[in-house]
Amino acid sequence: MFTSLTEKLQDTFKKLRGKGKLTEKDIDAAIRELRVNLLEADVNFKVVKKLMSNVKERAVGHEVMKSLTPAQQIVKILREELTAMLEQEDAGLNTSSEPPTVILLAGLQGSGKTTTAAKLANHLRSNGHRPMLIGADLTRPGAVDQLSSLASKEDISFFSEGKTPEEVAQKGLKQAKKSSNDLVIVDTSGRLHIDDELMEELSTLREKMGPSETLLVVDAMTGQDAVNIASDFNERIGISGVILTKLDGDARGGAALSVKAATGCPVKFAGVGEKIEDLEPFYPERMVKRILGMGDVLSLIEKAENTIDQEKAKEMEDKLRSQQFTLEDFKDQLHEIKKMGSIQDMLDMLPSGMGGVPSELKNLSVGDDQVVKTEAIINSMTPEERRDPSIINSSRRKRIARGSGTRVQDVNQLLKQFDMMKKMMKKMGGMDKKKAKKKGIKKLPFFQ
Amino acid sequence: MGMVDKLKERLQKSRDGFVKPIKQLFGSRTMDDEFFEELEESLILGDVGAETATRVVEDIKDQVKREKISEPQKVQEMLVDQLTWILEEGNGSCSLPQGSPSVVLIMGVNGSGKTTTAAKLAYRWKHEGSKALLVAGDTFRDAAIEQLSLWADRVGVDLIKQQQGSDPSAVFFDALNAAQSRGVDVVVGDTAGRLHTRTNLMDELQKLYRVTGKVVEGAPHQVLLVVDATTGQNGLAQAEKFHHFVPVSGLVLTKVDGTARGGIALAIKEKLNLPICYLGVGEGVEDLQPFDARSFVEALLG
Ligand SMILES: Nc1nc2c(ncn2[C@@H]2O[C@H](COP(=O)(O)OP(=O)(O)OP(=O)(O)O)[C@@H](O)[C@H]2O)c(=O)[nH]1
Ligand SMILES: Nc1nc2c(ncn2[C@@H]2O[C@H](COP(=O)(O)OP(=O)(O)OP(=O)(O)O)[C@@H](O)[C@H]2O)c(=O)[nH]1
Ligand SMILES: [Mg+2]
Ligand SMILES: [Mg+2]
Repeated sequence: MFTSLTEKLQDTFKKLRGKGKLTEKDIDAAIRELRVNLLEADVNFKVVKKLMSNVKERAVGHEVMKSLTPAQQIVKILREELTAMLEQEDAGLNTSSEPPTVILLAGLQGSGKTTTAAKLANHLRSNGHRPMLIGADLTRPGAVDQLSSLASKEDISFFSEGKTPEEVAQKGLKQAKKSSNDLVIVDTSGRLHIDDELMEELSTLREKMGPSETLLVVDAMTGQDAVNIASDFNERIGISGVILTKLDGDARGGAALSVKAATGCPVKFAGVGEKIEDLEPFYPERMVKRILGMGDVLSLIEKAENTIDQEKAKEMEDKLRSQQFTLEDFKDQLHEIKKMGSIQDMLDMLPSGMGGVPSELKNLSVGDDQVVKTEAIINSMTPEERRDPSIINSSRRKRIARGSGTRVQDVNQLLKQFDMMKKMMKKMGGMDKKKAKKKGIKKLPFFQ
Repeated sequence: MGMVDKLKERLQKSRDGFVKPIKQLFGSRTMDDEFFEELEESLILGDVGAETATRVVEDIKDQVKREKISEPQKVQEMLVDQLTWILEEGNGSCSLPQGSPSVVLIMGVNGSGKTTTAAKLAYRWKHEGSKALLVAGDTFRDAAIEQLSLWADRVGVDLIKQQQGSDPSAVFFDALNAAQSRGVDVVVGDTAGRLHTRTNLMDELQKLYRVTGKVVEGAPHQVLLVVDATTGQNGLAQAEKFHHFVPVSGLVLTKVDGTARGGIALAIKEKLNLPICYLGVGEGVEDLQPFDARSFVEALLG
């Protein structure tokens, strides 16, 4: 789970503060914390080294020494460094002046190429293109079936005829011209970057097809090796951008930095789920927060905004701010929250600067069963109990459990979780509202 | 070619990362702080994780001081011993318990190599003389059923499947009943890839786990978590969460034929004491090896 970097640093500095002014040695202590933090996030070791020396240089110079909150200052410097690394001019896709535009996808086995091909086609179609998917993975069992099934479900043109990937791709391109598709996306077999034969095959395919984009599909869970993978693909095939997949999990995603450092190529999209619509633009700022363990608040907010009923959210926000959130509201919200995936997922996205997620909340799942159970429990309470759970003593708990067909432990757990949640919300509700506004965070209940 | 040699040869392909630095490290030099720092570095580059790497190196450092060791060669041996010990401890749980039939459940995050591993295992057991059966338990991903079905043909074993979108528990229920009536010895069940953070999907997996036990006594007899060797520190969270929902017997570490060192398996073993049972070393049906700690560590260190 994400640990709070700022807090850790604060501890480090607290220990040091008794001694008066911060010295270079003190900063070294902080740097050590940062280093471990970044390594835990899977940022490549060499990249971390470079970053740390940059941060140290800037920190020792002046900024931190004069600062009243050195921990925050150091994190700020690091954030700036990371943001500078990930920032990119324009992450849009290049298209050809002579359509069809060719987009080639490449990557290791299982990184998400085929799924991403379909997502991209769907995305580009909604941007007014007429894409065709070309299945040029002739090696993995079922690979062509997979892409053709994705294509037909979404009613996207599909092609895969020929004996070699090259033949398939070239025939596909011809077919696209004939059927006036202005764009083709070529899915290729997964391959190891050290597999000479397959890398050569891909390189030839690239030369023949002249793609406007050659995109490396990288799993966000990738560890230290991301640097080698990306630089090999770049050297041997030449890539124009990266798509980072499986960002819907809790991987910190340091690979994003590694890949950027190794290739200099922009990250063009982020994969955030298995479904066709689970493709997002890549937001460097959010990625930095995520890598630092500061939570992906902004993504969460966007996700929530898409699912939660805006008015209800507003209502709830007001209640939260005035600390009037009751079990009744909790019940209402469960339905909304369920749409967003588990509470766990949400909590994982919260900034850890808020003191982390209480362990009682970590295992709170919002599966169907859980919602039913929770509803049953709350329904068995009197209105008075719902307004003020503090009056629910042990005999009331027994009654509620009996009434709802659950166990007393279930009632206890719910009350505990509700209590924790309320506390957390209080913490967040108390944060500076103006600041939140300025950042564009306004409509939502749980955050800032 | 022996297994060790084959693995070594595969790992030799790697150019960077774990192998070279460590080997170079143990040339003749003094064992100062820098030496140990570099040792830690190379472990971290192998995805062992900062925490585990620091602990391993601290242990070695203590021992070096205590025993006044001065030859780097000796330190290398100590490192091999220590890593082997970590990986070997309690590794007995990798043998497949007898059941009628024995049921093996394959699970893991998306794209880690589950389906391929299921096929490799069925192949392996078939060649050991058992009657194996594959279960197309991934009813979610497009063409997952076709994929396994092609593998089943290649391997020459039966496959039990239903349509895409059907309830995986129902597929397993059918498959286990079929296995019993067909006199199958070992059932290898594939499941859909899922991220460990998706609680509803993890619940689904747990349900599936329970269902197998209702049909066949003691099932599943083995639960294998498939982890991609390329995975970084998130592998720990994966193992933790999967293990929380469904008790894991051991890991299959796949794609060891790449350049990633698979150090995350070491971290998982250290933290959760889950043994590594098999290594996936390629995309072919024979590219699966039983795990041997010492040769793994030796191959890892060059
Ligand atoms: N959770 C999640 N799963 C994803 C994402 N992208 C792809 N997947 C899943 O990852 C697995 C592998 O995806 P594929 O698209 O088949 O990967 P691939 O790179 O084409 O694989 P090969 O062709 O075998 O090399 C599938 O289970 C996908 O559903 C994502 O952004 N999030
Ligand atoms: N190089 C190499 N590739 C492997 C290995 N094991 C699996 N693969 C490849 O990795 C990709 C994904 O493998 P699958 O078996 O489809 O993975 P999965 O976990 O079933 O994927 P989902 O069901 O989509 O979650 C395929 O291209 C496999 O050929 C291995 O040990 N080495
Ligand atoms: Mg594919
Ligand atoms: Mg599969």
